Amino acid sequence: MKVAFGHMGTLTPIMEMILEDLGHEAITPNRPTRQTLALGAKHAPEFACIPFKIVLGTYLECLKLGADTLVSGGGYGPCRAGLYGELHRRILKDLGYEFDFIFFWPPLKKPFHFYKQLHKLKGHHSWVYLWRIIKKAYSKLAVLDDLEMMAQRIRPRELKHGSTSKGFEQAMDMMRQAKTGPEIASAGEEARALMQKVPFDDTRQPLKVGIIGEIYVQLEPFANYFLEEQLGHMGVEVRRSIYLTSYTRHDILSTRGDMGSRTLAMPYLAQKVGGHGQNSVGDIIRYAKNGYNGVIQLAPFSCIPEIVAKSLVPRLSKDYSIPVLTIFIDEQTGAAGIQTRLEAFVDLMDQRRSRSLLVGA
Amino acid sequence: MKIYLGIDVGSVSTSLVLADIDNRVLAFEYLWTRGQPIQVVQEGLRSLAPQIPPDAAIGGVGVTGSARNLIGVAVGADVVKNEITAHAIAADLVMPGVQTVLEIGGQDSKIIILRHGVVVDFAMNTVCAAGTGSFLDHQAARLGIPIEDFGALALKSNNPVHIAGRCSVFAESDMVHKQQMGYSIEDIIAGLCDALVRNYLNNVGKGKEILSPVVFQGGVAANVGIKAAFEKALELEAIVPEHYHVMGALGAAILARFSMESKIESSFRGFALSELQFEAGTFTCDGCPNICEIVNLSLDGELLARWGGRCGKWEELIVQSQNILPL
Repeated sequence: MKVAFGHMGTLTPIMEMILEDLGHEAITPNRPTRQTLALGAKHAPEFACIPFKIVLGTYLECLKLGADTLVSGGGYGPCRAGLYGELHRRILKDLGYEFDFIFFWPPLKKPFHFYKQLHKLKGHHSWVYLWRIIKKAYSKLAVLDDLEMMAQRIRPRELKHGSTSKGFEQAMDMMRQAKTGPEIASAGEEARALMQKVPFDDTRQPLKVGIIGEIYVQLEPFANYFLEEQLGHMGVEVRRSIYLTSYTRHDILSTRGDMGSRTLAMPYLAQKVGGHGQNSVGDIIRYAKNGYNGVIQLAPFSCIPEIVAKSLVPRLSKDYSIPVLTIFIDEQTGAAGIQTRLEAFVDLMDQRRSRSLLVGA
Repeated sequence: MKIYLGIDVGSVSTSLVLADIDNRVLAFEYLWTRGQPIQVVQEGLRSLAPQIPPDAAIGGVGVTGSARNLIGVAVGADVVKNEITAHAIAADLVMPGVQTVLEIGGQDSKIIILRHGVVVDFAMNTVCAAGTGSFLDHQAARLGIPIEDFGALALKSNNPVHIAGRCSVFAESDMVHKQQMGYSIEDIIAGLCDALVRNYLNNVGKGKEILSPVVFQGGVAANVGIKAAFEKALELEAIVPEHYHVMGALGAAILARFSMESKIESSFRGFALSELQFEAGTFTCDGCPNICEIVNLSLDGELLARWGGRCGKWEELIVQSQNILPL
């Protein structure tokens, strides 16, 4: 099978490796671009959110490259992502494309359906083999998360503008080419060493910002206007509330989600509201307790779970004395507007830290 | 005597301010941007130059507004800042202890919340520009009323009509409808002011703790009808500072003064730059899937700066060839 999938940050090389290990030809999607988004927006319902549009654009690009199977997954509950797989399938069928669509629900919620879908993808390989390649993929994922966190730490301290991003790209390339267990282990060492060689000044005390919100706009840099990089270059250290390894543990191999942040959220929002809405509430509290200077909430325009979370932001911000900037993103969002808000937010955090309006002038 | 130049290049208007070390406005220019930021700044500098006091010299330059990066490079700014910080600083110095800044300009509106002299929260309009200066201009023109008289007419109304203010297009339809029903112009204008203030407070001001003193600035602060509508809705006095329409530029000038504390000499190219030939252009780099839009700024035919790329390759080209620092 020629299998394609949506692009989401560093998940892409992992998906590519798993598909190749199963003997498929991976039609690896390119990073989304404005053309991808325009293509997706053209065929999507206007009020679908931006992850839907970007992923639809990616599917169209992959189908044109000859993909005959699409793999996707979706949540289960009030967030629209559960509906999106079927909607994607129908839109693409209506456009005249012939393909197989393999859609995964969370395994513990729909175990039988999950098994059937997995069986299609697994082909003649044994379950033991499948377990082994999944374990291998997880070990690679752990390295990628580690590299991302290193980049997030080094970027605001780098001595030469842009050197962290350059190092990170090289490190990612190395990891993408590592396909066997031993290769992953040695490439991981090399990639970490490469990141450590980026010259940086460890005495700087950058502002620290936690990024929370919907998973796709958090993880896919194109969807968030390369927010992490922008902030890093403004001298801000970032951490995200979602990394792929933590997502795998909390939301794929468990049905409970991240109980740490959900428990913190309880006094404010005692039930799940779909997506990561409840987590967003708890994550604000967590970042405040950990001494972060601010939180940025990222959400697709019209995202209900994050709208619910946002309605609690004024209270949380006051109770925990932490500034929160919410950015809603859709295809109409202007890059200049985001930049202005980020700059102003960084000034705000800087002023709060030093109790003066004229910092950094 | 050292004086400081602040420039605020917005989407609709551009303002330039000369301020002394006590943050007093010595002279200002207020012009329409007309989509030509560089030319309009040159024009402003030409008219400002003769107003410089004889014993004064420019000690530093600050630039803000949506064209701040472009103009910052063109004039040789010492500091380039976002308009939220610039407006907050100006408001705080004009009205010490200010806790809320309402700012409505040509195409955007913002709210800035300060406590103890520090910005603690802010918001800008996102999806909609209803209620900003451009819309008021358009409505004044449609009703055949000079924009200067618009607010005063609103104050004459005893019975404002209810106008649907969520969307500017629908607001206009609703106004036309109310005119056709025979309401007086004063009542319609007053109703429009109420609707725009309601829209602002429900969108930009949502969830913000608006406390006194409240400063109302930006071009729309000239409109006494909107000021009155704010005071009615908030039940607080809205203070309009003397230089309400150039507060961004004043903030930029103040920021320039502070930035010079850690600099020896200003990078300002001098007032002669108003006679230079700047040219700005863009092209799309298709070297990778990022498809960045690269901005080129050249001065008298020579490349001055380049920015907009993610990977830095275009910026590096210029550094190698001319030893000019990238942004």
